[in-house]
Amino acid sequence: MTDTLTPVKKRSALTKGQLPKWAPYLVLGIALVLGAAVLALIGFNALGWGIVSAVFFAVGLVGWSAAVEGSRRAKDKLATCLVVGAFLIALLPLFSVIWTVLVNGLPGLTDPGFLSTSMNGVTGAYDNKSVEQGAPVVGGIFHALIGTVLITVLATVISVPVGLLTAVYLVEYGDDRPLARAITFFVDVMTGIPSIVAGLFAAAFFFAIVGPGTKTGAVAAVALSVLMIPVVVRSSEEMLKIVPNELREAAYALGVRKWRTILKVVIPTAISGIASGITLAIARVIGETAPILVTAGFATSINYNVFSGWMASLPTFIYTQILNPTSPSNPDPSSQRAWGAALVLIILVMLLNLGARLIARMFAPKTGR
Amino acid sequence: MTTTSLTTSRGAGRAGDKVFSAATLAAGCLILAVLFGVALFLVIQAFPALVASPDKIQGGEGFFAYIWPIVIGTLIAAVIALVIATPVAIGVALFISHFAPRRLASGLGYVIDLLAAIPSVVYGAWGAAFLAKEISPAYNWLANNLGWLPIFQGPASATGKTILTAGIVLSVMILPIITSLTREIFLQTPKLHEEAALALGATRWEMIKMAVLPFGRPGIVSAVMLGLGRALGETMAVALVLSSGALTASLIQSGNQTIAAEIALNFPEAGGLKVNTLIAAGLVLFVITLGVNMIARWVITRHKEFSGAN
Repeated sequence: MTDTLTPVKKRSALTKGQLPKWAPYLVLGIALVLGAAVLALIGFNALGWGIVSAVFFAVGLVGWSAAVEGSRRAKDKLATCLVVGAFLIALLPLFSVIWTVLVNGLPGLTDPGFLSTSMNGVTGAYDNKSVEQGAPVVGGIFHALIGTVLITVLATVISVPVGLLTAVYLVEYGDDRPLARAITFFVDVMTGIPSIVAGLFAAAFFFAIVGPGTKTGAVAAVALSVLMIPVVVRSSEEMLKIVPNELREAAYALGVRKWRTILKVVIPTAISGIASGITLAIARVIGETAPILVTAGFATSINYNVFSGWMASLPTFIYTQILNPTSPSNPDPSSQRAWGAALVLIILVMLLNLGARLIARMFAPKTGR
Repeated sequence: MTTTSLTTSRGAGRAGDKVFSAATLAAGCLILAVLFGVALFLVIQAFPALVASPDKIQGGEGFFAYIWPIVIGTLIAAVIALVIATPVAIGVALFISHFAPRRLASGLGYVIDLLAAIPSVVYGAWGAAFLAKEISPAYNWLANNLGWLPIFQGPASATGKTILTAGIVLSVMILPIITSLTREIFLQTPKLHEEAALALGATRWEMIKMAVLPFGRPGIVSAVMLGLGRALGETMAVALVLSSGALTASLIQSGNQTIAAEIALNFPEAGGLKVNTLIAAGLVLFVITLGVNMIARWVITRHKEFSGAN
């Protein structure tokens, strides 16, 4: 009666016919060695090594699995390899872009006066001198920074009230009326407006109202608001929707008017999500080039007035410095400035994205549960 | 005793209610007005170009002859971007929703979202300065070995600034859009369907094929359509990367042009009827993207009750 089962060293019937756990690592090792060998024959580079090894790995693992486990499990392994491969492929451009901008942008950014001077009076002669005689690269992005900040702030001032009020209408007053459904649908459609068409709209609008050829920072701000409003509406709407109904009902039960309930209860509860949504919307429009290109022109000097005169911005600065270098015979200083500006722009966008996450976390309502 | 207290209340609160609800309504209507304004002002400003005598339009053969090559060019670039981005995006979405370890999944999703955060002009600069240079040997190889295909007809561009490069840059830009939408939809697959498939002995891939993909099909279609809308309207990647020219069938020679890049390159210096012509081109682009987006949204709303995707 007291028979104890002695542990058996045999593989269980359940795991028979399966590859051992260490199989992928073994195949990976062999694939890496084989890949290195093949690349050594045709000239070594890291990217090629990665690709060739990945192919060897997939073929080896799937083939071995097909021999041992049968075709169903082999297909499963193949799918896994393809899916992981897709993810790795998607990472390549991300790292490549960030690396390219860092390497090319740092010399420009560390240039003295890059952040504090404008391009006013910087001509091709200076650039030729810096290339031929090694003089420092002059000129900077101060005017573009000012332009970007002013245009974006004005666009935010226009978009946030409109977007937020629309979201309130959709959630609190809409009740699935035809108008509310129409607004939801067209807001979604508006998210898909090409940015250059938004720029053309603002340009055409001001050409018709003010006069042909009107190009100022304000026109660019209107163009950016067209792009920004739908983003603000969508994110605020999502946030207002998840405010618990009990809060509203508690306020109504105390006799509080609907508008005071919305202003004092609903919006404060959702404010963290709304604020982070707005920050993300700013991050989205701050890098827009095409609408500013057709609405604000390009300036080389500092302009603090959004309502008159051309205005520079970081994206259009990058664009013009690359396409029309200050000195056509020596484009290197221009491209150094362009990459420096690109680095500043990426840092700005990343900070805004990070800020959005911090806001969402810091001001998140205390649920108490 | 008066009976006012329950049914009527005094001034301030009620007025506040009216003002506030009117303000929200006005904001909503303003959005509709803006969208119709976009169409209206584009039409008004485009009208002179549409009725102008053909010899006054650039190229001298009228607006239609001017617009159709760049419409085709726009479609070519967008199709290249979709062909590359769709399989990769679906793979990435599946990886994040069903393959990656749970703890890593949201972090990896954030990494892919970073791709969407990078401004388009930076992609353009990257494509022009880095990708075009690195990829031109591959074009030479294509021209030498697959040159009998019209799309790979040589001689390949020495700079690599071709419509194929522009399409690749576009595919990187629309990848995060398609990924984030399809990921949401894959995550909404009913757990019971997945577990039922696994319980019947399906492998993970069979489970995905039987439960996840059929459930997500309308979502995938609309995500791809939204990506298409973005690729059609994207300006900077093409304006900076492509060395434009006449319509050509070969993807690895310089040539072709898209509507958005045509506007961006010419609008700043344009005057007179040229402005109207470019705005008319913008109107054409607006109509195309509007159509694509409305179809995509319609597909989503039609399947809302099943997928909850919106």
